Amino acid sequence: MNIHEFQAKALFQKFGIAVPRGVPAKSRDEFAAAVQTLGNGPCVVKAQIHAGGRGKGTFVDGFKGGVKLAKTAEEAVEIAGRMLGNTLVTIQTGPAGRKVGTVYFNETVAIKKEYYLAVLLDRASSRPVIVASTEGGVEIEKVAHDTPEKIAKIFIDPAVGLQPYQARQVAFALGFTGEEFKAAVKLVDALYRCWWESDASMVEVNPLISTADNRVLALDAKVSFDDNALFRHPELKELRDLNEEDPKETEASKYDLNYIALDGNIACLVNGAGLAMSTMDIIKHFGGNPANFLDVGGGASKEQVTAAFKIILSDKNVKGILVNIFGGIMDCNIIATGIVAAAKETGLSIPLVVRLEGNNVEAGKKTLAESGLKLVSGDSMADAAQKIVKLVA
Amino acid sequence: MSILVTPQTRVLVQGITGDFGGRHAKLSLDYGTQIVAGVTPGKGGQFFEHGTHKVPIFNTVADAVKATGATASAIFVPPPFAADAILEGADAGLALVVAITEGIPIRDMVRVKRALGGSKTRLVGPNCPGIVTPGTGPKSHGGCRIGIAPGYIHQKGHVGVVSRSGTLTYEAVYQLTVKNIGQSTCVGIGGDPVNGTSHLDVIKMFNDDPETWGMIMIGEIGGNAEVEAARWIKANCKKPVAGFIAGATAPAGRRMGHAGAIVGGAEDTAAAKIKVFQDCGIEVAVTPSDMADALIRAAQRLGAKLA
Repeated sequence: MNIHEFQAKALFQKFGIAVPRGVPAKSRDEFAAAVQTLGNGPCVVKAQIHAGGRGKGTFVDGFKGGVKLAKTAEEAVEIAGRMLGNTLVTIQTGPAGRKVGTVYFNETVAIKKEYYLAVLLDRASSRPVIVASTEGGVEIEKVAHDTPEKIAKIFIDPAVGLQPYQARQVAFALGFTGEEFKAAVKLVDALYRCWWESDASMVEVNPLISTADNRVLALDAKVSFDDNALFRHPELKELRDLNEEDPKETEASKYDLNYIALDGNIACLVNGAGLAMSTMDIIKHFGGNPANFLDVGGGASKEQVTAAFKIILSDKNVKGILVNIFGGIMDCNIIATGIVAAAKETGLSIPLVVRLEGNNVEAGKKTLAESGLKLVSGDSMADAAQKIVKLVA
Repeated sequence: MSILVTPQTRVLVQGITGDFGGRHAKLSLDYGTQIVAGVTPGKGGQFFEHGTHKVPIFNTVADAVKATGATASAIFVPPPFAADAILEGADAGLALVVAITEGIPIRDMVRVKRALGGSKTRLVGPNCPGIVTPGTGPKSHGGCRIGIAPGYIHQKGHVGVVSRSGTLTYEAVYQLTVKNIGQSTCVGIGGDPVNGTSHLDVIKMFNDDPETWGMIMIGEIGGNAEVEAARWIKANCKKPVAGFIAGATAPAGRRMGHAGAIVGGAEDTAAAKIKVFQDCGIEVAVTPSDMADALIRAAQRLGAKLA
């Protein structure tokens, strides 16, 4: 689960991570008071969406920049007014963009230098790793590719956690000295605790900055949490913003369906994540375009299949459906009965290809054949994929 | 032979009184697996009954091991308690712990993995379908089934299968069995970013097993475990290997069902992994329907037998 910058910074402050002063506002009447809190002078106005690249983004009405410097309080209120409710398109949002529901006002700070700092899981070692670079404010992937020597990685032993010498290693790697060094060590330690204690999958500060008055601050904040651990963080779960999610994905999650919307026209319904991914791949392989990823899990009950069909059909791009079920344990006939019931209940009128394999498959195929539905049976995954691609073309 | 488990392996089930654990304990008993004990704290002294089977339930894994000589465990307990269950299994000295549970917090697994360092217990999973070593009976009956895989699709033989995905493993096994090519052992290592046993760990075991003549390695986007295994295969393995990577069409930055299936950078895409497979002499299955055929091509190229 991802959260907004203003939420991430509030979390940072709980752990003692220094951030510029800021005030979020969700409605126009809050703007003036927010700017007042920051001293009624120049400030930075930041549109809050989950996607990155906001500064260089453009709103759909042509207004440029999701992060803007306002020279006066009046200008800040005016800029915020242009952002709120508007839709921001960035390099990460896709052409549809994201609607801005919150504007975040920040004090201006005199930036001396920008750095990069993040904590995440290193999969190869199964350990937490702190990634730090003197090259901040730019894409870290680009730094890693062009100048890998400018990236320091400090691996943490989860049995003992981050040690003081390691926080110092990070601060030295970033070249801090004096007061700034002390502040950086404190910040690194707090950032690691924030990552560990809130079960984050990643905390990223880009840029981390030093200021003209020798402070070290998290100028931006990006935090995502491990969904598996949200059950033990009810306070973090509340930070979820449904406006940032595809409504179809939100609906799917209510039925324990794992659904991700894509931009093709062949929907698929599959049991198992690996099989679901490779069903998308095989549609593409035979010249079609998958409309979604959809894993119904091991069971594929009638209720789930019906809900899945409804979600699939709410996507107006969808011109055909491929159902691919390997019923290892479950009786294929029960699955077939569920598919028939779901198709009838949703009044399915677009081509449907079903590939069933596994336990009691002959009875399942018979149920499908005798259903009166205009569905096509596929023998293998390849056969089924070719059939649906042809039917939709 | 086989790897990790044999038809004689004595298995206990942690979480045998839950719906999920109970259902699959019954299926394993039906398959002929030696399910010798169940563990549910507070239900020690009761029995898990299925047909003529009467499996004793114990309060702790240590008690179960002491009384029954179990050496392997299948874990079905819910995610908040699964890390504890794994560590209890290791503390009781089990040789093998297979964690089926999906949805264990990553931080818990980071700690578990660290705690298991240097331990004699091998963890497979979590979030995995488990392990099957097929038996010699009809529809491979009499084998060792730990987890949730359909036993009957297997056939005893000489191909090893290792995969991060459950249903994709069944797909590969089914293709092999239909072609009358049996399996030595099939191992689901799970779809989480932190797991106990890697592709490479399993590939090394298959390579050392004289009864495994060829292997299918199934991977997906995210991480570099498949790449690590492929490079090792190139340097050390003389047996035919086929590979498949799922997720070529997955959008970057989205978790595709499995917590570990996410494209973070250029190196964990399907295309990058497939390229490494090809460079390492692994026969790549063009589609998931091609997995068994790919292995047959690899075997023909080396003049090796698969059955």
